[in-house]
Amino acid sequence: MITDVIDHLAGIAPGSSLDRLRDRRPDAREHAQRSYDALFTPDDEGEVTLVERDAVAAFVTGLHQDLTVAGFYAGRLAELSPGLLKAVEAEIEAGRATGPYGVYAGALAAESEEGPRYRVSDPAALGVRLAAAFEHAHLLVFRPREAGRDALAALGRAGWSETGIVTLSQLVAFLSFQVRVITGLRLLNQEGVTA
Amino acid sequence: MTGFTTERLGWRPWLAPLTEEELTDAHHEALVDRARAASPYFLLLARDPDILHARTKTDQDIFYNPDGGLPRAERELAATATSRHNGCVFCASVHARFADHYSKRPADVRRLLDEGVRARQDDRWRAIIDAAVALADTPSRLGAEHIAALRAAGLDDLAISDAVHAGAFFGWANRLMLSLGEPTREER
Repeated sequence: MITDVIDHLAGIAPGSSLDRLRDRRPDAREHAQRSYDALFTPDDEGEVTLVERDAVAAFVTGLHQDLTVAGFYAGRLAELSPGLLKAVEAEIEAGRATGPYGVYAGALAAESEEGPRYRVSDPAALGVRLAAAFEHAHLLVFRPREAGRDALAALGRAGWSETGIVTLSQLVAFLSFQVRVITGLRLLNQEGVTA
Repeated sequence: MTGFTTERLGWRPWLAPLTEEELTDAHHEALVDRARAASPYFLLLARDPDILHARTKTDQDIFYNPDGGLPRAERELAATATSRHNGCVFCASVHARFADHYSKRPADVRRLLDEGVRARQDDRWRAIIDAAVALADTPSRLGAEHIAALRAAGLDDLAISDAVHAGAFFGWANRLMLSLGEPTREER
């Protein structure tokens, strides 16, 4: 059983120098994992189903193009809802981009950078709630500076409650963190810690 | 919307935060700090208390743990650079003030806000900002060359790990702040 997803995906072995390094920030280490647990194995799924959580995670990590991390979340989805995997993979293809980008209003308009505004390619395959969640997730991943009230209203129209939107937003934002910690620790791990 | 600033900004949520009366002991525990119960941002996140609690504990250890590693000023610098790059005016304002306070280098912080992440900086801040920006990109561009530059600038492994965590954490924070509400001129 995987007890620490970041260790698992960054290739950090028990007793290794990276393992000891992570122990210097014990709360960050423990609660990064607890964050994962709270989002992916919640005591109560509340306003976001487990399938929705795994589908959005597979999409978001697919967009980050880290094969190990994306493979891990795709594997979770394949186990829970194998029928959705193909549709999610097609959306990852359709949503591929490099960010952050987006248009600023007002004082920062000169720094605006245009980029794709993803729309789900096959809404019927995902259903109304997940299609809205994917479009929102893509917005958060690539052009968070463009996020506005209208995006939350679109989620509301698709059946997302206010608490459901908070959980969904945390899930996308947490994955943005987790995949980056894994990237950084993996680089340190590969070159061998010198301290 | 305002440009990047070190002024104190408010933040107005687009969804209803919990009210003080709705807070149970579990919510207070999730908020960790009693002071956070006055913030509309944390009161909104309290709608899902389990993830808020874990997030807050992660946040505090990354930024406040005093046991070696990257000085607080430069953890805040990584947070500010990430926020500047992602476009989070509110997050950048808060963490630029912390970076100012701990580094005593307000002109350098100001230049990061005014001119952006490519603005001139000394070698050590250059390496930290460049690493934070590369990490913030999607897909992330952080590579061995960034790690080498951080090392050359005098960061040891724990300091590099702190820079990574501080930057990565703002990948989390920026996306919540930007998408659940907006900065306001008046202090809250």
